[in-house]
Amino acid sequence: MAHLGIKGKLLAVIGDEDTCTGFLLGGVGELNKHRHPNFLVVSKNTPVSEIEDSFKAFLSRTDIAIILINQHIAELIRHQLDAHVKPTPAVLEIPSKDHPYDASKDSILLRAKGMFSADDFK
Amino acid sequence: MSGKDRINIFPSRMAMTIMKARLKGAQKGHSLLKKKADALTIRFRIILKKIIETKQLMGDVMKEASFSLAEAKFATGDFSHLVLQNVNKAQIKVRSKKDNVAGVTLPIFESYTDGSDSYELAGLSRGGQQIDKLKKNYAKAVELLVDLASLQTSFVTLDEVIKITNRRVNAIEHVIIPKIERTLSYITTELDEREREEFFRLKKIQNKKKKDKKVKEEMQKELGIQESGADGQRNLLEDDHDEDLLFTS
Repeated sequence: MAHLGIKGKLLAVIGDEDTCTGFLLGGVGELNKHRHPNFLVVSKNTPVSEIEDSFKAFLSRTDIAIILINQHIAELIRHQLDAHVKPTPAVLEIPSKDHPYDASKDSILLRAKGMFSADDFK
Repeated sequence: MSGKDRINIFPSRMAMTIMKARLKGAQKGHSLLKKKADALTIRFRIILKKIIETKQLMGDVMKEASFSLAEAKFATGDFSHLVLQNVNKAQIKVRSKKDNVAGVTLPIFESYTDGSDSYELAGLSRGGQQIDKLKKNYAKAVELLVDLASLQTSFVTLDEVIKITNRRVNAIEHVIIPKIERTLSYITTELDEREREEFFRLKKIQNKKKKDKKVKEEMQKELGIQESGADGQRNLLEDDHDEDLLFTS
C-alpha cells in the first residue's frame, strides 16, 4: 500500500448505549495501551462534566481522526463543539435511536447558513 | 487623510519608478488572489452541497442501522454489555490522504479494515443472522460517516482559507493600492513643483545676468569715454618686456 507510512487513525464514539454497541460491532472500538477506550457510553445518569472531559480527551488524542457524537449529547456540550474550530479531529453529529437528526442544530451547518440561501438546504 | 496616509519615501523619479512597479505588482496580486478565492468558493459550494446530501443519507442509514440493532436485540437478547466489555483492537481504521485545491491541502479520510473481527462469536447461539446484518449495516454507516467527516474537514479548512483570502483581497483593494496611488500622486505633485521652481530659478538667473550685463555695459561706456581705451590691461604685442614666470632664481 502506498500509505503505509501514515498510521491508521481511529474513530471515537460518544453516544448512548445502543449507538456505541452498534459502532463497536461495526468494529471501531479500541483500547489503547493505557486501557483507555475510544468510546463513551452516556446514560441518563452520566454527568455533563464527564462528557466534557472525555470529549476534551478525545480532541487531544492524536490517534483519533473522527469523533462521532449523538446529537442530543452534542446539545449538552454545544459550547465545546462550537469552540472546536480546528479541522482535525472532525466532529460529526449523528442521530440516535430516539432523537432524529435535526440539521438546524448542527454546528457546521449553522456556520454554513450565513453564506447560502435557504433553498440550498432542501 | 489623502495627503498623509502614504508610504514614506523621498519624491524622486527613481522612487516613482519603484512605486509604479509596486502598483503593478499589487494589481497583479489582487487579480491572482481573486481568482484563487473564486476557485475555492466553487469547491466550497460543491462540498457544501455534498455535505447536505450526505447528511440526509446519513439519517436514513442510521435509521436502518438502529432498526437492525433492535432486530438483533429481539433475536439475541441484550448483548450490549458483552460488546462493550469485549473491546480490544479496532477493525476499522482511517487513513488520511491529501488533496490540493489552489494551494490548499485538504485532508481526505479513507476507511480500511485491518485485523480480525473481535465479535466473531457474538450471536453464536441464536440471532446470528441478525447480528451479521447489524454488523454490515453499521460498517456501511461507518463508511458513510468517514466520507462525511472528510467532507466536513474540507469544509472547515476551506471556510478558513476563503476567509483569509478574501481578507487579503480586500486589504490589497482598499488599503495597499490606494496607498500606492496616493504616494504616486504625491511624488508627481512634488516633482511638478520642483520643475516649476527650477524654471522660475532659471528665469530669475537670466534676469539677473541681463541686469548685470546692462550695468556693466553702462559702466564700461562711462569708463571708455573717460580713459579712452587706456585701460589697465597690458597689451602683449606692445610690451617688449615680459617677465619669465618659471626660470627666475
